[in-house]
Amino acid sequence: MNTPTDLFYTESDEWLRREDDGLVTLGITDYAQGELGEIVYLELPEQGASIVKDGSFGVAESVKAVGELHSPIAGEVVAANTQATENPGLVNESPFENGWMIRLKPTGEANFDSLMSAEEYAAYRAA
Amino acid sequence: MPNSLSLEPLLFELSDPGSASDYLPPLDVPEASLPFVVRPELDLPEVDEHSVVRHFTRLSQNTFSIDTHFYPLGSCTMKYNPKLNEAVAAMPGFAGVHPLQSEATSQGWLEVLFRAQEILAQIAGLDACSIQPLAGAQGEFCGLLMIRAYHNGRGEGEKRCRIVVPDSAHGTNPASAARCGYAVTTVKSNAEGGVDMDAMRTALKDDVAAVMITNPNTLGVFEAQIEELCALAHENGALVYMDGANMNAILGQARPGDMGVDVMHFNVHKTFSTPHGGGGPGAGPVAVRSILEPFLPVPHVKQHEGGEFGWDWDRPDAVGSLHGFRGNSGVILRALTYILRHGGNGLRQVSSDAVLSANYILARLKGVYETANPNGCKHECVLSASKLKAQYGVSAWDIAKRLPDYGFHAPTVYFPTIVKESMMIEPTETETKATLDAFCEAMLAIAEEAKTDPDLLHHAPLTMPVGRLDEANAAKCLNLCWTTPPAEAACESTGEPKREVAGAPTY
Repeated sequence: MNTPTDLFYTESDEWLRREDDGLVTLGITDYAQGELGEIVYLELPEQGASIVKDGSFGVAESVKAVGELHSPIAGEVVAANTQATENPGLVNESPFENGWMIRLKPTGEANFDSLMSAEEYAAYRAA
Repeated sequence: MPNSLSLEPLLFELSDPGSASDYLPPLDVPEASLPFVVRPELDLPEVDEHSVVRHFTRLSQNTFSIDTHFYPLGSCTMKYNPKLNEAVAAMPGFAGVHPLQSEATSQGWLEVLFRAQEILAQIAGLDACSIQPLAGAQGEFCGLLMIRAYHNGRGEGEKRCRIVVPDSAHGTNPASAARCGYAVTTVKSNAEGGVDMDAMRTALKDDVAAVMITNPNTLGVFEAQIEELCALAHENGALVYMDGANMNAILGQARPGDMGVDVMHFNVHKTFSTPHGGGGPGAGPVAVRSILEPFLPVPHVKQHEGGEFGWDWDRPDAVGSLHGFRGNSGVILRALTYILRHGGNGLRQVSSDAVLSANYILARLKGVYETANPNGCKHECVLSASKLKAQYGVSAWDIAKRLPDYGFHAPTVYFPTIVKESMMIEPTETETKATLDAFCEAMLAIAEEAKTDPDLLHHAPLTMPVGRLDEANAAKCLNLCWTTPPAEAACESTGEPKREVAGAPTY
């Protein structure tokens, strides 16, 4: 299972990356895209939308299932990956890079303490 | 297995200009031009009547239906639809009545609807019922509107903005709640597949309008803590909505009203054998406790003191009407036919046999497939292909695609979502033991194929008119428009136009 070590992970299979500019990038993990299967539809929020902690920021739909996307931190959407909404297959091909979903400007000090490291996430999903 | 089915050409491909049967009478009014023309060239197929009949007959034979195949689609209760229902619905006294006829000349119909209301309320163990909602999801919508009206009446409508839904509830429940503007809190299941009561206690804050529960739930497990759960919700000032989709498991055995449920809907196409057909028409009657009765939609069917029946529009607290006219009465009539034909003891036998069938399948298959029902199930069992996937790369999807080759419709797959590689099998009470055995043999044979020839399963089905469809592409780029193919696109060998098959079956 591919789990890049520079990311934080949630129990609901999202990853978060702290960017140098203070923004946070979110996407779903390789495991999640594998479980969903080929994604045929991706709904992401508009730029400027505000996301509440543990709230939904979008929907990924495959031929098997519909998955809600959750953010463990609150913030404002600075960018959504329109390439991925136009071609949702990007999320399957490159979940951690080209298939990123949104960039958030965290509200206040974002707390990453409750999130999992790559090692913890790999162990969680292997269990 | 022989390939007995072949790909049916499109009507466009059968077109032979000049061959169409002509039934239009001669023009006997002055000819007039349309003020505008949307499409000057209409490339409609021209086919003679006999060929059209054969075309659609062949198409109808290229599909699976309850009348042709075992259809164990979990959560959907694909039981046999007795032809008696159709015979009754076709009686001229029912079929020939217009919904705008006077009450005086529609007494028979009104009595049918009134009796359906009464009987459904009785089966629910609740006080009143409306036959108006057109589907289960509209029943949910109606129930939630009534719940909101109830809280509004107590001055708590604003405050109570949240619906709590267990993760083993029917998938439409959170969608209906969101549709009604409620926030949704999901509560996880415990190890036994029931609601985690500690999580439920935590979720039940004073902003909760209702708990929406499906009982038995989508794991095929009866929520044994339902009484405690309802009491907890009521202490908190919230109401309890029960999705009646799985009533086939408890029909005549237990009444939701006795469990503490305040409002529920029935899916008559599941529990009471009305057709699932083609997305409608359907019916999703809602039954309610007396506290919600004033909010039932209008018009409601009532019986006057003199005994005659009529439409009651004088219900000032009603949530409104859910559609034009009176509900899909023909569907309610079929459901009432089924109920009266069985009687109370017969309905109890229905649920007993449905539960027995599901447990029989579970017992025969649980050694080979993992199960979410180690302690038995109600009317449906949930198996998993996780082990086959890990060992041989064969998924629930592959198994579902292989089953048609053995003559069976696939079960529901990848639902419930809380079980990996899930296959949800609901045999219903209307199948013989021989059919159940044949299905189990097919499932066991496929598990063997997973070991010996997994690649075969990746390419299944092998004997259907079309092989494995590209369902992702069909979802992303569905093209339902016919365009006459240019000459160069013709196949060299056959001279037939090339054609891509798009379109995916839905589970």
